[in-house]
Amino acid sequence: MRQFAALYAQLDATTSTSAKLAAMQRYFADAPPADAAWGLYFLLGHRLKRVIPPTRLRDWISQLTGLSPALVEDSYAHVGDLAETVALLLDARLDRIAPDQASAPPLHECVALLQSLAGADPDLQRDTVFAWWQQLPFEQCFLFTKLLTGALRVGVSAGLAARALAAQSGVDVAVMQHRLMGEWQPSAAAFTALQAVAPAQQSPSQPYPFCLAQPLDDAAPDAVGPADAFLAEWKWDGIRGQLIRREGQCWLWSRGEELLNGRFPEIEAAAASLPDGCVLDGEVLAWKDGAVAPFALLQTRIGRKAPGKKTLADAPLIFMPYDLLELDGVDLRAQPLQQRRSALAALCDRSAFTPSPTIDAQNWDALRAQREQARQRGVEGLMLKRRDSVYGAGRKAGLWWKWKVDALTIDCVLVYAQAGHGRRSNLYTDYTLAVWSGDALVPVAKAYSGLTDADLVAMDRWIRAHTLEKFGPVRSVEPLQVFEIAFEGIQASPRHKAGVALRFPRIARWRQDKPAAEADTLDNVRALIGR
Amino acid sequence: MNDLVIPTGQGLYCPAGDFHIDPWRPVERAVITHGHADHARSGSKRYWGAAPGLSLLRERIGYGAGIVPLAYGQRVEFGPVTVSLHPAGHVLGSAQVRLEHQGQVWVVSGDYKRDPDPTCTPFEVVPCDVFITEATFGLPVYRWQEPAEIAREIHEWWQDCKAQGLCAILHCYALGKAQRVLAELMRYTDETVYLHGAMTKLVKLYRDAGVAMLPTDAIGNQPKFFDWKGRLLLAPPGAGGTPWMRRFKPYSTGFASGWMRVRGSRRRQAYDRGFALSDHADWPSLLRTITETGAKRVLPTHGNTEALVQWCREQGIDAAPLKTEYEGEPQHDAAAVADSEDPVANPAG
Ligand SMILES: [Zn+2]
Ligand SMILES: [Zn+2]
Repeated sequence: MRQFAALYAQLDATTSTSAKLAAMQRYFADAPPADAAWGLYFLLGHRLKRVIPPTRLRDWISQLTGLSPALVEDSYAHVGDLAETVALLLDARLDRIAPDQASAPPLHECVALLQSLAGADPDLQRDTVFAWWQQLPFEQCFLFTKLLTGALRVGVSAGLAARALAAQSGVDVAVMQHRLMGEWQPSAAAFTALQAVAPAQQSPSQPYPFCLAQPLDDAAPDAVGPADAFLAEWKWDGIRGQLIRREGQCWLWSRGEELLNGRFPEIEAAAASLPDGCVLDGEVLAWKDGAVAPFALLQTRIGRKAPGKKTLADAPLIFMPYDLLELDGVDLRAQPLQQRRSALAALCDRSAFTPSPTIDAQNWDALRAQREQARQRGVEGLMLKRRDSVYGAGRKAGLWWKWKVDALTIDCVLVYAQAGHGRRSNLYTDYTLAVWSGDALVPVAKAYSGLTDADLVAMDRWIRAHTLEKFGPVRSVEPLQVFEIAFEGIQASPRHKAGVALRFPRIARWRQDKPAAEADTLDNVRALIGR
Repeated sequence: MNDLVIPTGQGLYCPAGDFHIDPWRPVERAVITHGHADHARSGSKRYWGAAPGLSLLRERIGYGAGIVPLAYGQRVEFGPVTVSLHPAGHVLGSAQVRLEHQGQVWVVSGDYKRDPDPTCTPFEVVPCDVFITEATFGLPVYRWQEPAEIAREIHEWWQDCKAQGLCAILHCYALGKAQRVLAELMRYTDETVYLHGAMTKLVKLYRDAGVAMLPTDAIGNQPKFFDWKGRLLLAPPGAGGTPWMRRFKPYSTGFASGWMRVRGSRRRQAYDRGFALSDHADWPSLLRTITETGAKRVLPTHGNTEALVQWCREQGIDAAPLKTEYEGEPQHDAAAVADSEDPVANPAG
């Protein structure tokens, strides 16, 4: 725990990539393997299940410090992070005796203890947490509470952690990235196996690192080469996934390396038609009447495990493959895309899948014309992949491009603001935006980003000075500020007050030139449906 | 009985004595608590201020302004109101204002702290009926570590920078914080520290007042190809991220401010290191001070007033926030910081 807390502090204290790499390498070399395994697990962005609900932690910290719940709440709203609030409140207690740095148990023991607390008697939970809170020094108290809330994020990318471990152990980076994908139970043995220079036995569930695309410059798409060097596909608006069929079983992984098994039984049933030793890259889509359905329908399925009959009928899903990474147990990633595509077509002919169609277009003008139809087709735009491209790990320059349609935009009025979290805690950065319906303003979107830091600060001051009312962390403000909102799509939605739901709304521009009266009306917004 | 001090469009005002305290618009008579820009503004007819801070007030308000210096504890009459200034421990010459009228005592704290500070007279507890207290860090998450401990961290960082061949640029407010850092670091070194142009004059005024600090030199006095590796530089927060920084590359940046206690602020401002050293009272000091004054009514202003009001009410003390335009220790980006506690940004050399 002490070593990991020190690593965390070092990573937090520098913005330099080389310093972060060096700190991680030192940690991997110095920490006992049983601890380093857990350290790596967290560095890769994995989390523990939440052991104790945040509301209960807030009650407890109030009990332990004697601060009223209102003061705990104010503090949390200011700091923006519950674990940090807890650590700071404990540290600010007048009667606090400085704890001994060395007293905390090793990280793996700490994790085991936390896991044993899940589902334990609430009094036992509380007594245990109180004891730790009292005993741990500031940094460790913060980390311990982060683990309790299941919200520990270390702030380095998984790729960087993989690079550090690769450098420390002398294993090739790509090999290390592959080893780190998929299901992975931290233990001393697992950590040592990762560091082994000779390849270790791999689990059949293990996916390949995803190959990613870069955005294409709208002004000069032809700068990347002749159009016929590329294979064009629709850019689907679904969940990217890797479907694995090995040893008579199947696994579906999301791009966020989350195992989706159990959620989409129709896809698992279809996977049974695939031969063993085969891995598909593709998209999970809601599919109705022979066409893709809006993402909102797919969304109704995402959080739901073991869906019932009605759900399956209301929101049927398919997996639409666009690449074949492994066939008959052979890794195809080094073959050119053209060949993988042919193999995929042949595979689909003898299984229950239909490949994502390729688009015929001989030149850039034809491609542009196709892209213009994207919104009507319910897709986000085009994917352009070099016909000779290998399937690389991560974002490889020049091979795969995404060419999205232009976003839709409307001008909205700021009506509510809420303080952000993490880096933006204690700044009012989360906006609720509204359009006119007669004389009334009807909220249509919440937007969290898009302003520069300087603009955010200026707006934060403006919000504090123009607050009408406060409701907990939310402030209503005078309806004076206009923002241009960009979004990817719009749909009628009876669940929303405005009757519409925007997809991926974000702030495109602060319209300081525009008076609130000239913001868009709800009728303008509704007219965008179906465009 | 009427309130002895009320907020007005010009600032805090005492109707019975007809004078303002730290007005933000020009007035006839202004009593000033200290030289920070959100408290001492030019344009008023006549000023009263604590004698040890006189040179700083002149620097801020202008050398032509009529300023009446008052020794700490010296009493003056404004009509029926007796006024005296008492040490606030915030920066050199900072004062609380005590007002007495018809047996009632009010104290306006100005900015204050309770932590040890070798650059100014320590805070004095002034018993009162009504206490107008600052609340910049009025939340239970703020507690300062020992200043000597923070100074040790700053020194350690400087030595780390030296070992890595980096220049160490510490951003801090030009009035108060810079001098406190220079004084605290004397425990650990006698090396010369280099100053941004906005700080040289203020450091000299502190030296003239007899405050012992590390030797300093102006950055602008150094030759063109001076080797900045391993040096410690002090610069106001406004200088961060400007082209002025380029010539010191490679460097590491730090910021000395109470806001650095919270990770979110530290990250947002993209300094390599944050050092939570503040010239304002932390939460335990605010509570202790309120208790020690014996005030039956507390009016927090200047910052996070809501939590402090809440706490007072929980203790059965009558409390309400007082709305003013003070900035406190500005917590946001460099641009916002430059216009409040710093003298006019004045790029060196
Ligand atoms: Zn001040
Ligand atoms: Zn102030």
